[in-house]
Amino acid sequence: MLDVRHATVAFSAPGGPLVRAVDDVSFTIPVGTFVVVIGTNGSGKSTLLGAIAGTVRLDAGSIHVAGHDLTRWRENRRARYVGRVFQDPRAGTASSLSVLENIAVAACRGRPVGLGWATPQRLRAEAAQRLAAIQPGLEKRLDQPIGSMSGGQRQIVSLVMATWHRPELLLLDEHTAALDPASADRVVQATAKLVRDQKLTALMVTHSLEQAARLGDRLLLVHRGKIAVDVEGGAKRRLTPEDLASRFDRLRRADQLDDPAARTLRDLYA
Amino acid sequence: MITLLATWTFGVTLALVALGVFVSYRLFAFPDITTDGSFTLGAVTTTVLLVAGHDPAIATLGGAAAGAAAGACTGLLHAILGIEPLLSGILVTTALSSVNLVVLGRSNVPLAGTATLLDRAEAILLPATTAAGFGDAAAEAARLIVMLAAVGIAVLFLWAFFRTNLGTAMRAGGDTASMARALGRNTGLLTVAGLAIANALTALSGAFVAQVQGFADVQMGIGMVVWGMASVFLGAALVGPVRLGGALVATVAGSITFRLLVASALRAGLHPDWLKAATALVVLAALVAPRLLTRRPQASAAR
Repeated sequence: MLDVRHATVAFSAPGGPLVRAVDDVSFTIPVGTFVVVIGTNGSGKSTLLGAIAGTVRLDAGSIHVAGHDLTRWRENRRARYVGRVFQDPRAGTASSLSVLENIAVAACRGRPVGLGWATPQRLRAEAAQRLAAIQPGLEKRLDQPIGSMSGGQRQIVSLVMATWHRPELLLLDEHTAALDPASADRVVQATAKLVRDQKLTALMVTHSLEQAARLGDRLLLVHRGKIAVDVEGGAKRRLTPEDLASRFDRLRRADQLDDPAARTLRDLYA
Repeated sequence: MITLLATWTFGVTLALVALGVFVSYRLFAFPDITTDGSFTLGAVTTTVLLVAGHDPAIATLGGAAAGAAAGACTGLLHAILGIEPLLSGILVTTALSSVNLVVLGRSNVPLAGTATLLDRAEAILLPATTAAGFGDAAAEAARLIVMLAAVGIAVLFLWAFFRTNLGTAMRAGGDTASMARALGRNTGLLTVAGLAIANALTALSGAFVAQVQGFADVQMGIGMVVWGMASVFLGAALVGPVRLGGALVATVAGSITFRLLVASALRAGLHPDWLKAATALVVLAALVAPRLLTRRPQASAAR
């Protein structure tokens, strides 16, 4: 379970006004729920994800995962409960290490590392089985440097790594944005399968309205640092990419009005 | 014969520096200037311990431990205080030049009359090398065998260590810090540990060089980091892309090859004063050549 309470992150550009990238945001994701987050560039969705992952410091508020208060924890300590897949495949995997060695590091996620052999036969067998289950063929490439694989294949391995031990929360940071459409589709399918099979609590940030409409049990639309739209259940299932596009249009139009009017409009549309 | 063997012995001994630079520069992408200071630190610490009458094995390990501490200092400056790699190394190696002088007491101390680790091993191996027909060069051959064994052990240790969970996490952190952090690793501490290992190897090399040449000198470490890089690059050029074990062996091969090249250049008339400049040129060539050779393919891949 993820519990975000009154999260606030403020930036001030040199000489500019204080901007609240994340403005007093609160929401709860129950165990086993897959939440999709969308928003335009600069809406604050990436900052929100960074605050949960531990790469961005909260100025106010708190983050709880599975009942643990992670607010003051450093990024690497949060790995005990949080699994992550990055937007850039090169950021989430170590290029010069083999696929199996990358998985070996993931097999120690959030645990102390010792002087045990990193890639015993048992790990090799399990890695082969898990990779084959998600994308047949990958299990034959365990000994290749992961840097020699395509971005899509690396993201699949990243997914397997992040969920090697079931995380209390899986964070997906626009993890198909750097891929071509066919690879993105494969990664989306693998994501849906892993989340379903492991009954994961997941939060996915995406640029793709099509993915946002198709995936997840609940949708958050972040706008100007606040959650502007929050739909779940039947309403979420009925959402189409066109609905989402028109919501974005209306929010943009509302931005051109003065603040009180915009707030009224936004409340209406939400 | 003796000169050739001595050249080999030196190349093999300095392979430990090359292995240290391999760890800091290749695995952690950390250009570690501490190398210059920790090489000397290893030599002077071992020399002082030997002169004080300590067991040669203890003295040699003591030199390596001092190097590990120096490397950890550089790592801590970088990881905790956020000082950039080059500057961290410069600060520590500058401080070490004072430390080395204070430890040694004066700028040059001979080991004549002191039993070293090499003397001890020579005594054991001499009958064998004499029997093998090395004649006058039997002693030099014994030294070479000792150093080959030491470097062999170092390569095996590194290969095994960097394939443990801890070692693999260190390589992952050195390669892609964001990935290692997301999987729970404290990349700062891993860098500190990596630099400690790198400089322990470098200091071990200094400890052996002092025992091979029979004296320690506070200037002996100058240019070692560039020397190590030259060996690493040369080794990589000799074998091409390989995995961890291959890269370690290639680094040793690079060190020996580079030493042989230097010896040939000196024999062909290169003035010794130009040696460091020539080494720097080799490193420059190794850094620039791959970029010049692959510029076109890279540009098209980016598109």
